[in-house]
Amino acid sequence: MFGDYSIGDLGSIFVMQGFAGLILFSVYVLMALGLAIIFGQMGVINMAHGEFMILGAYVTWMTSNFFQAFLPSLFSGYFFLAMILAFLASGALGMLVEWALIRHLYKRPLDTLLATWGLSLMLQQAYRSIFGAREVGVDLPQWMLGSLKVTDSIEVPINGVFVMGLTVLITVVVAYVLYKSRWGRQVRAVVQNRIMAGAVGINTEKVDRYTFGLGCGIAGIAGSAFTMIGSTGPTSGQLYIVDTFLVVVFGGAASLLGTIASAFSISQTQSTLEFFMSGSMAKVLTLLAVVGILMLRPQGLFALKVRK
Amino acid sequence: MSDEPNKGLQSPLRRKLLMGAAALPLISILPRPSFGAGPATATVNTTGLAVTDTEVTVGILHSATGTMAISETGSIQAEKLAIEQINAAGGVLGRKIKFIQEDGASDWPTFAEKAKKLLVNDKVAAIMGCWTSASRKAVLPVVEQYNGMLYYPTFYEGLEQSKNVIYTGQEATQQILAGLNWIAKEKGAKSFFFIGSDYIWPRTSNKIARKHVENVLKGKVVGEEYYALGSTQFNSVINKIKLTKPDVIFTDVVGGSNVAFYKQLKAAGVDLSKQALLTISVTEDEIDGIGGENIAGAYACMKYFQSLDNANNKAFVPAFKKLWGEKTVIGDVTQAGYLGPWLWKLTCEKAGSFDVDKIAAASPGVEFKEAPEGYVRIHENHHLWSKTRVGRAKLDGQFELIFETSDLVEPDPFPKGYQ
Repeated sequence: MFGDYSIGDLGSIFVMQGFAGLILFSVYVLMALGLAIIFGQMGVINMAHGEFMILGAYVTWMTSNFFQAFLPSLFSGYFFLAMILAFLASGALGMLVEWALIRHLYKRPLDTLLATWGLSLMLQQAYRSIFGAREVGVDLPQWMLGSLKVTDSIEVPINGVFVMGLTVLITVVVAYVLYKSRWGRQVRAVVQNRIMAGAVGINTEKVDRYTFGLGCGIAGIAGSAFTMIGSTGPTSGQLYIVDTFLVVVFGGAASLLGTIASAFSISQTQSTLEFFMSGSMAKVLTLLAVVGILMLRPQGLFALKVRK
Repeated sequence: MSDEPNKGLQSPLRRKLLMGAAALPLISILPRPSFGAGPATATVNTTGLAVTDTEVTVGILHSATGTMAISETGSIQAEKLAIEQINAAGGVLGRKIKFIQEDGASDWPTFAEKAKKLLVNDKVAAIMGCWTSASRKAVLPVVEQYNGMLYYPTFYEGLEQSKNVIYTGQEATQQILAGLNWIAKEKGAKSFFFIGSDYIWPRTSNKIARKHVENVLKGKVVGEEYYALGSTQFNSVINKIKLTKPDVIFTDVVGGSNVAFYKQLKAAGVDLSKQALLTISVTEDEIDGIGGENIAGAYACMKYFQSLDNANNKAFVPAFKKLWGEKTVIGDVTQAGYLGPWLWKLTCEKAGSFDVDKIAAASPGVEFKEAPEGYVRIHENHHLWSKTRVGRAKLDGQFELIFETSDLVEPDPFPKGYQ
């Protein structure tokens, strides 16, 4: 397939393809981070993760409408405010859900699967009743559209670069919060031994609630960012849920580093294969590879060493 | 509870209906059609359908909930508008149409079950319904077994024909071939890149398109790619498109993937005013989610655009917006949904009966001159003769008509040389 092309052409395509892989990597990390906290740290199988993302997307849509109607002069910067609002909205809903539903199920982790799946159906129908069944189009400020021309033939999508930057920022913040802050130490203590953590005076209920809220909030930010590259409708969240779990499970549930490594290997495999064969085939081979590796290493790529 | 006719309506619609009900006293001032003056029930209904001296019952069977609600809402709206207009004009054979709405809930077994319920329990005279090919395939054995009549609105892949179904959308050759001919002639296009969602309709459509490009247009297909339904990442295929530099990108991507595809195409710097793109899956409904700025300049090939400039359409669009809101848009399938009740009414009048066998036999040759798309006629194979049109997407989400076939295109669900 490369016979007819000049070296220059091929070079720039490979550079752009490299970027495509990196963008896919960022998208995977961004959507999996929230779940890595909820599923990885707390052991809650949150099937409604996609719906928390879409809440963020709807918040972004509402913010953009608000700015267009009342503050058109500030429209070019609305996206940053929208992401903050998306974080707060999804985080708040997450804490509410934790209080009403999840906290009763910590001793029965498999039941969270069913409960959150029901929750996801309820949220979908709620979005449909409130926002309508049709997808909504989120208007983006002009500077976020189009691509950066690096050279004559190399073009990089601006929104992709934006997602990459955002992913790095959020990953660094999450890593800092979990591994350096006092609160992060409490979270890890609760995860490793809930009873002992309680015995030494950690308010485990509060830690649980904020952890769940943080995970959902990050899902909200991801949803907000994905309005740039995907659709916003009542069931759009379903498009992400499988890939999200794939990344988290493959990485090793309780490891942030594992999530990143797994997102990187899955995205690079997929985007390279997609280039050399058809999209569906690439997905099949990627999934086969993941299944194969999980058979050899059921605990995922990186596993936390704990005494059983 | 599922027997309530208006079940599953989202609240804005319900509000509209209530507003419509509030306007009823006004309507009563107008001369009202009187029902019950038609031919005797025993003569027009020999098979025990739900027909009384004053009423006839039909079913509406679409997804008002679940993932397909995005698409099927427009069809529901169009069918209700048509029924309302038919009733205002005196009904069918002197009888008012009453409808029972069932929700297929985007789940194919549910569609089959609800179709059976409509035919066996409610004895409806006809069903307006289904949207995806999967739902139609689920319902088909039911309408054939219980001898019902289904009016199916979506453009689809063809390879099907049934006594019990009238296909009011286009089958694949009808939709695709004229568009390919036009773009080959107009743009001198020789190389094509196909990209679609991975299920039966895009695969069959692209198969037909490939045969046509290779055998008739003597062009070349430089790439054919399928992505799973719901895929949101298209950067790799966009790079492939950039590498192969096709004259035309030919797409039949559907659903949420559509939105992702056009957003990423635009972000990757593909300028649709320079790169020709022909789609058979994007109507005004889809552009709502994609955003006009992401798709402006693309060509779409189908039989109806909301912007069509003819007297029928100029009456239809305001009537639709009056009932369902100023902001609603009308896509190809919505218009085809509107044809269903009207064609059924005209066929009943031609047959002088509600009996399904008589309607199936009387359908060929029935013409609807007030169709928003202009004029349609039912073919012997129960599909419609219709024109094929090419429109160019504009920033405001509407299409500008660029080309239309001079004659009606014959439906050919089993095309020879294309399989």
